[in-house]
Amino acid sequence: MSEVALQAMPMTETPATYRQKVLGRLRLSDRLFFWLTRAAALTVLGILGAVIVALMIGAWPALQEFGFGFLVTESWNPVTEKFGAIAPVYGTLITSLIAMLIAVPVGLLIAVFLTELCPLWLRKPIGIAIELLAGIPSIIYGIWGLFVFAPFLQQTVQPALIELFGPIPLLNTIFAGPPYGIGMLTAGLILAIMVLPFITSISRDVFEAVPPVLKEAAYGLGCTTWEVVRYVVLPYTRLGVIGGVMLGLGRALGETMAVTFVIGNAHRISGSILAPGTTISATIANEFTEAVGDLYTSALIALGLILFVITFIVLACARLMLMRIDRKAGNK
Amino acid sequence: MSQRMLSLYASRRRRNRLAMGLSIGATVFGLAWLALILMALLLHGFSGLSLDVFTQMTPPPGSSGGLLNPIIGSLILTILAIVIGAPLGVLAGTYLAEYGRFEKLSSVVRFINDILLSAPSIVIGLFIYEVVVAPMGHFSGFAGALSLAVIVVPVVLRTTEDMLTLVPNGLREAAASIGLPRSLMIRRIAYRAARAGMVTGVLLAVARIAGETAPLLFTALNNQFWSTNLNAPMASLPVVIFQFALSPYADWQRLAWTGALIITLTVLALSILARSLVSSGKSQ
Repeated sequence: MSEVALQAMPMTETPATYRQKVLGRLRLSDRLFFWLTRAAALTVLGILGAVIVALMIGAWPALQEFGFGFLVTESWNPVTEKFGAIAPVYGTLITSLIAMLIAVPVGLLIAVFLTELCPLWLRKPIGIAIELLAGIPSIIYGIWGLFVFAPFLQQTVQPALIELFGPIPLLNTIFAGPPYGIGMLTAGLILAIMVLPFITSISRDVFEAVPPVLKEAAYGLGCTTWEVVRYVVLPYTRLGVIGGVMLGLGRALGETMAVTFVIGNAHRISGSILAPGTTISATIANEFTEAVGDLYTSALIALGLILFVITFIVLACARLMLMRIDRKAGNK
Repeated sequence: MSQRMLSLYASRRRRNRLAMGLSIGATVFGLAWLALILMALLLHGFSGLSLDVFTQMTPPPGSSGGLLNPIIGSLILTILAIVIGAPLGVLAGTYLAEYGRFEKLSSVVRFINDILLSAPSIVIGLFIYEVVVAPMGHFSGFAGALSLAVIVVPVVLRTTEDMLTLVPNGLREAAASIGLPRSLMIRRIAYRAARAGMVTGVLLAVARIAGETAPLLFTALNNQFWSTNLNAPMASLPVVIFQFALSPYADWQRLAWTGALIITLTVLALSILARSLVSSGKSQ
């Protein structure tokens, strides 16, 4: 390369000094590029640090005012400036729980279908369709949930649930009426649809990483497809599956727009999952721009901090597990 | 004995059939949602689709209008976010793949990046509010673009690193053997070999932020009028959909559906384009 550059040497300089100059320039640009990329990589760390610091500073007034009580108080009253996080935290956890209860078995079954049963020519189109489902923006799920899904639930599913579980104790408080259409259950169901593709595509990837020899050996012993999945594939991929599930959980916990449309934004804890509630992200989305007073804003940022800490822990666990299965696959 | 064996065999077969039937059912169930959502979008959104949507401003309630200012706003915000976020992501991805592939620092960055990739976007909005909007004292399009840029970086970083890792080492060694400095080798050889994949990463990032609403709610806010001023609140398609869909006015709700259809078609087209780029790159 330096030889090529030397050919453009002007007549006024000797080859030796010109060569020095060209090499020097190359070395400088080489160094510069290295440090540029390194700085960019460090910036990514900086962004995460800045997010945490900014949220802590923003949340400080509220945390100072309410202390630990912020985490366990239910009241959320902008007029008297009394704020507590327990209702949104409860809503976040319950809606995510509903979502995972549905999405995990369904997602795993789809992954089983894609890796064990599906004819080869169909695998790609179905895989792409599932991934397109993952690409639809959350606001689309929100508007669909509000205008199509919630009325459908209100008219058919919820009355049926209320009637079905009415005579059974405990279950009749969980499914206590009236059918609003919007509420915790609706939000949970929409979240389930949203995280389904994430769980499916990660489980499919880890299922595919199972060495064929193991599966073939089991088939050779006369195992049925289900037995191969149950006793070979699942034990081998346990960590990866749990990682995928937790990644989906991280999404469900932090999802905002889809939930905001259908949760009903009611700051109370209700035993019934048919009742309106709220989640951390929905509270922030609904109230942040209208929040008057520093304490109100600060309380909302404190909610954001809680959400960030919860999702950080969940996502970190997910990544650690997925990293471990990667290493396992790498060693084979 | 053989009777028992037969019944055991029958029950194993029954269980297998049940499980496989369930997995087919689950796949149909999963795909049905995609079909249902797309059908609802076409049903409600298609009727409102006309030239007016692309040429008129957002209307006050009760009169007709279009989505011109939010569409332009979304375009400006998206382009600006990519211009800020994509180079940062590419450079950081380059470091992880080319310079520090096996460094401790790289695995930390990789780990943190994966967390940023799935971090709740509303928290990113709060962050930009704290560091940009609050000090400036007002909402602005620039703040909105910054919050989207924070979402772009991890997506681009991840794909850049993955694609550069796929570049065969023989190419790097050949470049080094003719005396090419490392930075030139990366820019002239590795980038060129990984170009299709890197473009895919940027397209995926565009698809990701095109429908992103939560971080814009309290950064770019919204604007009822035509505005390309980055220092003032700016309309964007997702925020307008949010506002219009939750309003009691039928006109606004219809426009919200039309906007939703436009966003979905854009995002789907982008992801399909990105996918075809990758597969054509592989077959070469």
